[in-house]
Amino acid sequence: MNEQALFVVQRISAAMLAPMVLVHLALILIAVEGGLSAEEILSRTRDNVGWALFYGVFVVSAAAHAPIGIRNILREWTRLGWKAIDGLAMVVCATLLVLGMSAVIAVF
Amino acid sequence: METAKSLRVRVWRGGESGYWAEYAVAARDNQTVLDVVTEIQRRHEPSLAYRFACRVGVCGSCAMTVNGQPRWTCRTHVRKVVHDGQLTIEPLRNLPRIKDLVCDLEPFIDTWQRAGAIFQGRSDRNDPPQKVDPESISRKQADAALQCINCGVCYSACDVVYWNRRYLGPAALNRVWTLLNDERHSEHQGTFNKAFSRDGCSSCHSHGNCARFCPVELSPASSIAGLKKMAFRGYKARLAHE
Ligand code: HEM
Ligand code: SF4
Ligand code: SF4
Ligand code: FES
Repeated sequence: MNEQALFVVQRISAAMLAPMVLVHLALILIAVEGGLSAEEILSRTRDNVGWALFYGVFVVSAAAHAPIGIRNILREWTRLGWKAIDGLAMVVCATLLVLGMSAVIAVF
Repeated sequence: METAKSLRVRVWRGGESGYWAEYAVAARDNQTVLDVVTEIQRRHEPSLAYRFACRVGVCGSCAMTVNGQPRWTCRTHVRKVVHDGQLTIEPLRNLPRIKDLVCDLEPFIDTWQRAGAIFQGRSDRNDPPQKVDPESISRKQADAALQCINCGVCYSACDVVYWNRRYLGPAALNRVWTLLNDERHSEHQGTFNKAFSRDGCSSCHSHGNCARFCPVELSPASSIAGLKKMAFRGYKARLAHE
């Protein structure tokens, strides 16, 4: 992807993350209401396709947004060349995808 | 007996490595920072190197760092920047130091080339002058960004340039914005692609130091924001033959 495409992807994913973070925070508050044991939480998340989709999209957005942002930080704060920076960004992306998706699957 | 008021002026001597020299210069009612530097060179230190030409804010050659901030010294009154009778004067930040107050502008000038900020016309001397509608949106946008004197103040003020010397920086990208709004320019797509390549527009954090310090009150930050919007719309040159 060229810089223009990366820039656009980062801003679109930011625009998606903003409301999703709010929904996520609201959900945390609501979730506490009905008790906080793992069993109680899982009983509400299991087989709920809507929430699985919501968090799936959340994870993908974050996994696109953060690595693109980290490229600029690495460029400014290290002496790494673009190849190394892009490689590290891919690692961050993969890590976020794996960790995030396994969490989504675990509660589904 | 009351002594005449004087300024304590610390001036950078040397290149990348060097030392601070201190001078006492008479304080006057109407005095620019460039006047102070000139007085030091004439009365105290004939070997002091510094740059200026027009002395009226047109040529852009007199920019220095004054009390930590980039200024065009010929139009900066001492009373506006002095702290407790002290002035500290050094070369512009973000550029290699050559001698005393003179820095090497080459990396700054290079950014124009790298950003594709070079006008390329589509007609020659035999063609009639191209008509440009002064009321068109693009012309107004170009006009608002046009009066750059290439002083390097914004380049020196930009923290992203400080962190990443490959970043094209505010002045060149501001110039790109004027070209992309100029219908007489023939290389819109090429210019845009260069300006939006690595270490280009997308490196800018929009924090606006460039606009805050630009002595002619341009806003490179707004110009770069305009370029970023163009990326969003999937920039395609507006002209049919490109
Ligand atoms: C509320 C949701 C979010 C919004 C609206 C948002 C917005 C933005 C914007 C506009 C930028 C560009 C800043 C610049 O170029 O100066 C940015 C950069 C960045 N974002 Fe986010 N972001 C959000 C959430 C996140 C999350 C959840 C992460 C981490 C997982 C993240 C990581 C980053 C990183 C690493 C950068 C680069 C920092 C920089 O360029 O200065 N963001 N974000
Ligand atoms: S707005 Fe962009 S170009 Fe201007 S000083 Fe900040 S980072 Fe540099
Ligand atoms: S944009 Fe302003 S600060 Fe930057 S070089 Fe031009 S005149 Fe100087
Ligand atoms: S000497 Fe020309 S702008 Fe200051």
